[in-house]
Order: sequence, then C-alpha cells, then structure tokens
Amino acid sequence: MINRILAVSATELRISRRNLWVLTASMIMTLFALALTFAGAAPTGALGVDLLTVSVASMTTLSVYLAPLLALMMAFDAIAGDVERGGLALMLTYPVSRGELLIGKFLAHLGTLAFAMTTGFGIAGIAAALSGGAGIESIVALIRLIGTSVLLGGAFLALGYMVSALAGSAAGAAGLAAGLWLIFVVLYDLSLLGAIVYDDGGFFTRSVFPWLLALNPADAFRLWNVAAAEGVALATGMTGAANALPAWVAPASLILWPPLALALARGAFGRVEP
Amino acid sequence: MSKDAVLQVEKLCKRYGNSDVLKAISLSVRPGERVALLGHNGAGKTTLMKLILGLTTASSGEISVAGLAPGSVEARRAVAYLPEAVAFHPALNGREQLKLFARLAGEPTHVVNALLERVGLDEAADRRIGTWSKGMRQRLGLAQVLLGRPRLALLDEPASGLDPISRHDLYSIIDEMAAQGTALLISSHALTEVEARTDRIAILRKGELVADDTLAHLSRRAELPIRLRLTAKGDAAAEIHARLGGARVNGASVELICHPDEKMDRLTRIAALGGLVGDLEMTPPSLEDLYRHFSGKDRP
Ligand SMILES: Nc1ncnc2c1ncn2[C@@H]1O[C@H](COP(=O)(O)OP(=O)(O)O)[C@@H](O)[C@H]1O
Ligand SMILES: [Mg+2]
Repeated sequence: MINRILAVSATELRISRRNLWVLTASMIMTLFALALTFAGAAPTGALGVDLLTVSVASMTTLSVYLAPLLALMMAFDAIAGDVERGGLALMLTYPVSRGELLIGKFLAHLGTLAFAMTTGFGIAGIAAALSGGAGIESIVALIRLIGTSVLLGGAFLALGYMVSALAGSAAGAAGLAAGLWLIFVVLYDLSLLGAIVYDDGGFFTRSVFPWLLALNPADAFRLWNVAAAEGVALATGMTGAANALPAWVAPASLILWPPLALALARGAFGRVEP
Repeated sequence: MSKDAVLQVEKLCKRYGNSDVLKAISLSVRPGERVALLGHNGAGKTTLMKLILGLTTASSGEISVAGLAPGSVEARRAVAYLPEAVAFHPALNGREQLKLFARLAGEPTHVVNALLERVGLDEAADRRIGTWSKGMRQRLGLAQVLLGRPRLALLDEPASGLDPISRHDLYSIIDEMAAQGTALLISSHALTEVEARTDRIAILRKGELVADDTLAHLSRRAELPIRLRLTAKGDAAAEIHARLGGARVNGASVELICHPDEKMDRLTRIAALGGLVGDLEMTPPSLEDLYRHFSGKDRP
C-alpha cells in the first residue's frame, strides 16, 4: 500500500514540478509576503513590537486568501482532469485503490504547498527580522504561521478533490472551486458580519458567532494565529473573537478539517465512473 | 461453457438510464485464445470491457475473471487493459509513466526498459508524452499491457489509427501473448483489421451478441453469394449471357452471382461452354460483406 501511495506521490510531485507549480506557488508566496512585510512596516513603532511580528500579522491575512486559492488551483483538476484524459480508467484497472490514489495526490500537493509556504514566509520573515528585529515570540509566530498555512492548504486541497470528483469535467470543477473559495473566504465572513450588525451585541454576537467563526477553516486559521500571539493580535486588531473561545477550539477545527474533507473527497471519488 | 475459461460472461445486461446497452451477453475466452469483438460504434464493446474490468457495474448477469469477481484486487492483477483512446499525462515522459504502472502492478521497475524496446519506444521514451504522436501513445499503452504477464488482456480498438507497420507489430505482440497463454479480447469496428489474427469472432449488434464462432463457420452460416466473372473469348459475350444469364459488363464480360450450394453446378455449366470462355474469376464474399451481414447493415 505504502509503495503504491509513494509511486503516485512521486509521479504527482514530478508533474507539479514540470508544470512549474512548485516554482509559481513559491514565487507568488515570496513576492506577496515580501511586499506586505515592507508595506506594513509603518505601525511598528506605534505598537511597540518588532517588525517580524507585524510581518507575520500581514502574512496571516495574506495566507487566509492565498493558501485556499493555491490549494484549490492545484486540486480542481486532480480527478476531473484524469477522467477527461482517460487516464483514471486505466489507473483503476491496476491493483491500486481510490483511497491510495487520493492520498498519493494529497501528499504530493501538500508537499508542494508546504515548500511554497516555507520559502515565501521564510524569506519574508528573515528579511523582516534582519531589517527590523525579531524575538523568540515572533519567530514562534512565524513557524506557527507556516504550519497553520499548510493545514489550511490541506483542507482546501481536499475540498478541491471533492469538487473535482463531483463536477464531471475539469471546467466545471474550476467553476465549483472558485465558488468554494468565494464562499469560505469572502461570503461566510460577510454574512457573519451582517448578522453581527443586525444582532447589535446580543446573544448571537457573544455566544454563537465565535463558534461559527471557528467552524470555517479560514477563520479558524486566523483565530489560531491571532489568539496564540498577543503581538499578532494587536497588529491585526482581531482580539475580541479570539478571546471569546476556549483556546483549543480553533486549532481543533483547523486540524480536523483536512482529514474530514479528505473523507468527503473519498466519498465523492467513490461515485466517479471513469 | 468451458470450465477452464479465463473470462466467463453470462447473461450480462447493462442499462444506462432506460437504454439497454448490453442485452444478455454470454461469452467465454480460454487461455491463449484470441477473440475478436466486433461491432459498430455504440454497439457496446467498450461498455462490455468496462464491466469486465469492474469500472462499472452490471445491471444483471455474471462475470468471472480467472474465477474472481471483476474489479477485485486479485482480478485486477490478472487483467490488462488497453483503453480505446489512451491519453497519458502529457508532462510525464514514457519511461516515467511506464514505471508508475510497474510500481502499481508490483513489478520491478527495471522491466520497463525491455518493454519500451519491445514496442519500439526506446528512443522516444525520455521525451514528454505531450510531444508524442497518437501511434506512439498507443504503443505505450501496449507496453503497459505487457506488464506482469496478464492472464486476460482486453484491447479496445488497438488497431485503429495505426500505420501498417505498427499494426504488424501489434499483431506479433498479440500472437506472442496468446502463445504465452494470455486470453485476449480484441475489439474493432472492422473485421478486416482483426480477421487473420483471431481464433474466434464475436459480433455485437446494438448490445446483442449476434455471432460467436470461427471465421470459417461464420462464412458457411452466412451463405453469402459468390461472384463469378467470365471473360468471353472474342465476341462470345452475348452468347454466354444468353446461355447462363447474369449481367453483361464492359461488353466482353459476364457476371454471375451464385449461392455457395450452386457453385459446383455453375462451374460445371461454365466448363461445358468450352472455348467461349477466355478466363474465369471467382470472388468469395469479402470480410466486409460477412461483417455487414452479421452486424446488420443489410438486414432490417
Ligand atoms: N456512461 C454512459 N452513460 C450513458 N450511456 C452510455 C455511457 N457509456 C456508454 N453509453 C452508451 O452505450 C452505448 C454503447 O457504447 P460503447 O460501449 O462505448 O460502444 P462501442 O465501444 O461499441 O462504440 C452507446 O449508445 C453509448 O451512448
Ligand atoms: Mg468503444
């Protein structure tokens, strides 16, 4: 089983490299992370934190948008594309299970994302530390940012496989993936915001809203990074919601999302007739 | 039905929505046997193969592959498949793609070198498949069929789109596999493509198996007419036409169409004409005629 998963993984990794995905993703991460770090350099003095802390805060906001986007872009073609090319039918006549195929692809794509995150945030972090100082706390925050970004990417990779299996065509899967991104990253927050404004500080805002926020992997990612580091919380101005929840909630949500989404993807994949 | 068959299909039915794509198909293939599966586009050839591979499930009926349920891990180990339109990942090269299949099949990866050579791809193997011609991709598909000596090989229209030399190579690989005991089911939409290289011919017509026999038996059963063309000596064509009937062609020839049973009788009467006939040409029904007879183009 391990051999087959590794064989699929190695092949997918090679494809990611050939398609310049590894390079593109790493460059996008690095450029955005550097730009945000130095564009956001102004408030350092005002908050009394080092530049790396501010940089991590900006990069957290960046990652909320970029990690799901990159993950979905890598994942939407994974099943629908293979069906369209006719490759999946042939693969499935070999003694490899759908679960093994899925995990093989997942490991390769997650590895690509992890490489891009580490490179991008790492370079920006080092640049920030060199020019504006860093401390133990901000270094830990940077490492946490990288780790949680990989988890967030993992959740959206799996969601991408799910829509890839459901769509029936690569073009349809691309559309569904764009919809997923819009819902999780933009519309979900907007509708919660609307509800808060309507509720005007009532029961919903105090007791329901933080949980709903933690339910969305993108928000759980944000909460985790904010709640864990005071400096980052200050720099993002997002302390309220983070403090309303027990500390384990956001990490639990973000850690549970990738395996749960993978299970959903496996279920959808099982219904694909190549 | 023979007990030692590698592939045993019984009363197999497949419905998609409310259309019957396969209707009560029974078929068996023994080790080393090469069976041609013929039928027009849409007759159900690919569907039958996908059912045997376990890629889709039957509406009713039984399939056994080497005694195993189709699609089970053990059955998948025993079966090889060449899809109708093989498309591999364009970013991989041939060697990488074949190595992946070898690893999935649990074969050592060094076997791929010999296989690539066997299908004539040793030089192209390290170029990306995206740059290859359709014929080269077809060859790579054939190379993966050879992995691990399958007990049953399903080849879906392997000859379509191949040039004559590639086709010749294909047949020699098919023969080699059969000689090693692999049972082969080879689909085609033209009898001429597979006739000489198969032991038995099964014909699907709109999901029904309308024939399953050797070519010789099928020819006899079809009783298709034989064409005789007599070239007259001098200007005797008119007299030949008057005595034997038939149709005048080009002024100097007469064409007769006769039933196989009447063949000897006709020949005797032609011989009796003696010096009137300069030459005689006899054309048995072509493979195309035979295929059309069974596949239903000339039957309502
Ligand atoms: N997945 C499917 N859904 C619905 N109809 C299908 C599907 N696959 C094949 N068919 C139908 O089944 C019939 C047989 O198709 P196929 O087996 O591909 O024929 P062949 O390979 O002989 O050309 C066709 O009418 C085709 O439209
Ligand atoms: Mg077909």
